[in-house]
Amino acid sequence: MRRLMFLIPLVLFLGLAGWFGVRLKQIDRGDTPDRLPSVMIDKPVPAFDLPPLVDGQPGVASTGLADGKVRLVNFWASWCAPCRSEHPILMRLAGQGVDIRGIDYKDKAADGQAILARDGNPYAAVARDESGRTAIDFGVYGVPETYVIDRQGRIRYRQVGPITPQDLQNRILPLINELSK
Amino acid sequence: MRRVLFTLVLAATLLSGPLARAVQPDEMLPDPAMEARARAISKDLRCLVCQNQSIDDSDAPLARDLRLLLRERLVKGDTDAQAVAFLTDRYGDYVLLRPPVKPATYLLWFGPFALLLAGGGLLLWRGRQGGKGRAEAVAPPLTAEEKAQVALLLRDEDEGKGRP
Repeated sequence: MRRLMFLIPLVLFLGLAGWFGVRLKQIDRGDTPDRLPSVMIDKPVPAFDLPPLVDGQPGVASTGLADGKVRLVNFWASWCAPCRSEHPILMRLAGQGVDIRGIDYKDKAADGQAILARDGNPYAAVARDESGRTAIDFGVYGVPETYVIDRQGRIRYRQVGPITPQDLQNRILPLINELSK
Repeated sequence: MRRVLFTLVLAATLLSGPLARAVQPDEMLPDPAMEARARAISKDLRCLVCQNQSIDDSDAPLARDLRLLLRERLVKGDTDAQAVAFLTDRYGDYVLLRPPVKPATYLLWFGPFALLLAGGGLLLWRGRQGGKGRAEAVAPPLTAEEKAQVALLLRDEDEGKGRP
């Protein structure tokens, strides 16, 4: 018993080192400590009605998000560099028939329009949130952020930061498939 | 010379802190009492962008938006608790720089005291064990025969000094 006591520090060290190892792996996969869990999961989308980015086209409103279709709501901005790296993935998703609603966050309308004209528009509808208040209601703390909305208009998943191909394969596409059943 | 320079830099650093304010004059409320409430609340709210600064300290645009939102809520007649709840409904407890005491945070709040108690207990227990150990270590006095043996051994050693 006495002898085994000497092993306690070693065991503690190995446990700690093991935990550090696990966290390093998780951080490698993008699960960094600055990513906050959303308190909005499983709650209905907050009420909002935002004007369209392009005049004459439809905007985005909370009432249109509970019509039995699974959707993504993507917060983005023309000034946001990670949004540009995410853009091809959104284009691919839209090509596969996924309904993505865009919300241009605290942006100049002309800048947002110019980016979509240059890089392509993956959004079924795109609105502008000039004050950023709707984003705050969603709990957005940076762009891009993407929310998976189920048939009943509830938030089921939040992606903080750009969607990576891994996130798409491992989380978002399986969730969309499951919710669409 | 170096000392004077050091003192100057230190003084400048310490004095510039209170002068640097993230809160802009255009954000402030006309009612000083309400503004003071807003300041007090926002000192305890975390900026979600900087994550270790309060929204009162942070220059991030989101912090400014949250400061304005908070002031709007107060003007609309929210109590301090209601205004804070408005933000925790959206951002969770993480937005609070002072975590609430609830089952999920018991480890955080009481963990250090539990460790202190456990450490104290261990020390106490070890102290008792050690005391017993010492008591056993006090050997009975040497018998006359043993004393003679010791004397012999010591003498042997003295004589041996001359040997190579």
